[in-house]
Amino acid sequence: MLRRRLEFLLKPTDIANPDYFHKVVDCQWACPAHTPVPEYIRLIAHGRYSDAYMINWKSNVFPGILGRTCDRPCEPACRRSRVEDETLVKGKKEPVAICRLKRVAADYKDDDGIKASMPKAPAKNGKKVACIGGGPASLTVARDLAVLGYEIVIYDQDPKLGGFIRTQIPHFRLPESVIDEEVGYITDIGNIEFRHQRVDSMKKILGEGYDAVFVGSGAPRGRDLDVPGRKEAAANIHIGLDWLSSVSFGHINKVGKRVIVLGGGNTAMDCCRTARRLGGEDVKVIVRSGFEEMKASPWEKEDAMGEDIPILNMLVPKEVRHEGGKIKGILFEKVKAEYDAKGRRSLVPSGDPDEFYECDDVLVAIGQENAFPWIEKDAGIEFDKWGLPQLGETTLQSTKKNVFFGGDAAFGPKNIIWAAAHGHDAAISIDKFLQGENVEERPAPGVNVVSQKMGIHEWSYDNAPTIDHRLKVPHRAKQEALKDIMAEVELGFDPQLAFKEAQRCLNCDVQTVFTGNLCIECDACVDICPMDCITFTENGEEKDLRTRLNAPAINPMQDLYIGNDLKTGRAMVKDEDVCLHCGLCAERCPTGAWDMRKYYMEMTHAGQSCRKM
Amino acid sequence: MTYIAKPRLHHPSLVKNKAGYTRRDYEGAVSTLCAGCGHDSISAAIIQACYELDILPHQVAKLSGIGCSSKAPTYFVGASHGFNTVHGRMPSVMTGANLANRDLIYMGVSGDGDSASIGLGQFAHVMRRGVNMTYIVMNNGVYGLTKGQFSATADKGSISKKGVANSDSSIDMVSLAILMGATFVGRSFSGDKHQLVPLIKAAMAHKGAAFLDVISPCVAFNNHAGSTKSYDYVREHNEALNRVDFIEGREEITTDYEPGTVTTVQQHDGSLLRLRKLGEDYDPSDKVAAMKRVQEGMHAGEVVTGLLYVDPSPKDLHDNLNTIDAPLNTLEAADLCPGTSALDRINASLR
Repeated sequence: MLRRRLEFLLKPTDIANPDYFHKVVDCQWACPAHTPVPEYIRLIAHGRYSDAYMINWKSNVFPGILGRTCDRPCEPACRRSRVEDETLVKGKKEPVAICRLKRVAADYKDDDGIKASMPKAPAKNGKKVACIGGGPASLTVARDLAVLGYEIVIYDQDPKLGGFIRTQIPHFRLPESVIDEEVGYITDIGNIEFRHQRVDSMKKILGEGYDAVFVGSGAPRGRDLDVPGRKEAAANIHIGLDWLSSVSFGHINKVGKRVIVLGGGNTAMDCCRTARRLGGEDVKVIVRSGFEEMKASPWEKEDAMGEDIPILNMLVPKEVRHEGGKIKGILFEKVKAEYDAKGRRSLVPSGDPDEFYECDDVLVAIGQENAFPWIEKDAGIEFDKWGLPQLGETTLQSTKKNVFFGGDAAFGPKNIIWAAAHGHDAAISIDKFLQGENVEERPAPGVNVVSQKMGIHEWSYDNAPTIDHRLKVPHRAKQEALKDIMAEVELGFDPQLAFKEAQRCLNCDVQTVFTGNLCIECDACVDICPMDCITFTENGEEKDLRTRLNAPAINPMQDLYIGNDLKTGRAMVKDEDVCLHCGLCAERCPTGAWDMRKYYMEMTHAGQSCRKM
Repeated sequence: MTYIAKPRLHHPSLVKNKAGYTRRDYEGAVSTLCAGCGHDSISAAIIQACYELDILPHQVAKLSGIGCSSKAPTYFVGASHGFNTVHGRMPSVMTGANLANRDLIYMGVSGDGDSASIGLGQFAHVMRRGVNMTYIVMNNGVYGLTKGQFSATADKGSISKKGVANSDSSIDMVSLAILMGATFVGRSFSGDKHQLVPLIKAAMAHKGAAFLDVISPCVAFNNHAGSTKSYDYVREHNEALNRVDFIEGREEITTDYEPGTVTTVQQHDGSLLRLRKLGEDYDPSDKVAAMKRVQEGMHAGEVVTGLLYVDPSPKDLHDNLNTIDAPLNTLEAADLCPGTSALDRINASLR
């Protein structure tokens, strides 16, 4: 008999806590906007593209844009990449192509139907909100507040709304028509005014009688290179962010034959691929760090290399060589990574001879910074030592109570999906603030948990997991793609491919729910579970319990589901980590102690339901 | 019954045994028995035992009679030989198969109807003859396929689902098997794999007639209050005499046990049965004492489980018949028909 100390026993799982099942839906949990991913993937499999689109639109505002450009934090989290059998998927376990499925919803939706179902602004409620910057964060705030009757004014220096989405992401990755469409869905709501006007003074804005101000001005300053020769060769050295923006607006339409791109992030990848389309024949990316540590998403690196762009690593720029004001090339020092006792990495000279690369143009994409030269020091907004505004972590409220921040302007450069999430949070804060409520009191999400049982062996979802490997999105032929900077490279899944890929989703939102007092401990669920994730055993300390289950629970990030009320006094322990959500435990259960219930969780956005009155 | 097949995806930590198979490779088709049937748990225990013993599936022959239990061989070790015989006649088919090919591992799967009613005579004789096999009775005390009549193993006085008390005496398969000469006899419970899996392993390694009576609740017809074969009743009345650890080969026992708490029995093939004492002193090699203890348990209303009787040096059918080592089905015409001169010699010896 195990010596048990009661205080160390794991407590029965409280499934009424919305976070418990939310965590099981790894993709939704990882998504900053908490989009209900499995729900829209099922709708795509059913061909209900418009419904899938609207779930996304409510949650992340820019489904067509994100379906092409999202950083997809959901995909590394996807359970599929933990449970696939290497021998069946060519040795590589891969997540569901969530991001590209999102695009399918946008591509195949009924455009007229969507347009007709979009909300319209009600009568004005008399409050006015200014949004500084016309990017995704501001647009989200505008959408959430315009439908409540607020009057919104968006300021941007560029002639069209979209911000970073429009200026920095090349059109061969994101066609402008998609931006126009999704920005249009927001501005068409009404009560939203766009002013093509650069804001130079926060105090001036504050003096214009707005009830609240939202700052979504991004992180607009590209970091510059600081090496000898930089100034002398300035004519051929461009800051990546500004260069991409100029290309986007048609101010730049060619580049030298030999181009060096400095930097290892996604901006560098966009720069090099754009250069290939503007006459760059010998384009290289040269990065300080190693290949694996590069900030760029793996798929973006893959796409760049696919366009004959080599990536050279462990090279630090030392000097720009030039002759008569014209650039000759860059000299690099070879480095290697060294790790100290704490595992921190530093790059130290490797001792190898310096390397020189010739070039005609250099694009510098070594990072971007926040910059608020337009916010006066005495405007009442405090900044921290890194130059970022001091904000409430969830309220996004600054030290000046009617000024809120979001997107890259809030906590430094992130991405579009974070901007949308910030926009929703800021809109809640602004609404509560202007209704005289406490902004610290955040609304709980809307949660619905419903049994999916349709008959003795029938569930309302397709519960048989497929063993198909991840499908690739078809690309335009390379020669054709490189000829035209406006030609979108990715062609998107067609409905057949989309269906096949959607079927790879394990439906992690259909939860296994256990009711202990119905259980007769017959072991039927234990015997049928393909993943050996259910064990009936003595309760104990979590660390010990994890080792003595039918299969070890090796992923501490994933919870153990503890069920009690069993006649033998044992506990039902289920390792959520590798569950396929196939429902076989519930099918084999003679008493209904197991049931498959769909957990649908929607974040609460600004509006009546999160107000007190 | 389930409509989707068990997914091929499996836990990442699943490992292959010495035979090169994972536990999942020992599964069969998805069960079509009622949800919660004890038989499925026994199938799972057999799968586990075969995996742990590194058995090559094609060297196993599963034979069964008729009934819910006799459907079960479809649901384990799919890549083996299977023979669903006539009702109650599995023992004679198995005897014949064993005579023809002594190299296979024989597993007889039967139920209380198949073995204690229509097949009682066959059951007695297969034990008497000492056929080298593992004979498992999935015992639920009820005729499930015909909607819940009492079977011959239902205890006198137990109540049917309809509320009727059983007036007939029950047949105790364990006592009968010991009496008839089985050389390895145990009883277990489908709801206790910790006890059941090592018992199946030890039985499969036993060279002789091994019999396991496994109480296997029928969730549909015999899992109510008043039943003596329900999950609750068996759990409450289970009197386990020992815990078996089955050890292949002559591995040294490295774990320390308090003196007097472990009895070790070495089987003929060198495998060790380590019996951990759970309560009283119990010597499973004493046949008379075993029968006495089993009968005492019955009178006290206990379900006595564990390894109840084992003869460490058993003789099987082939030993008794003095057959040659090679399986009879591999013998060629020349082996079987040695020629007229040999016949003449034999005839001469008889004159």
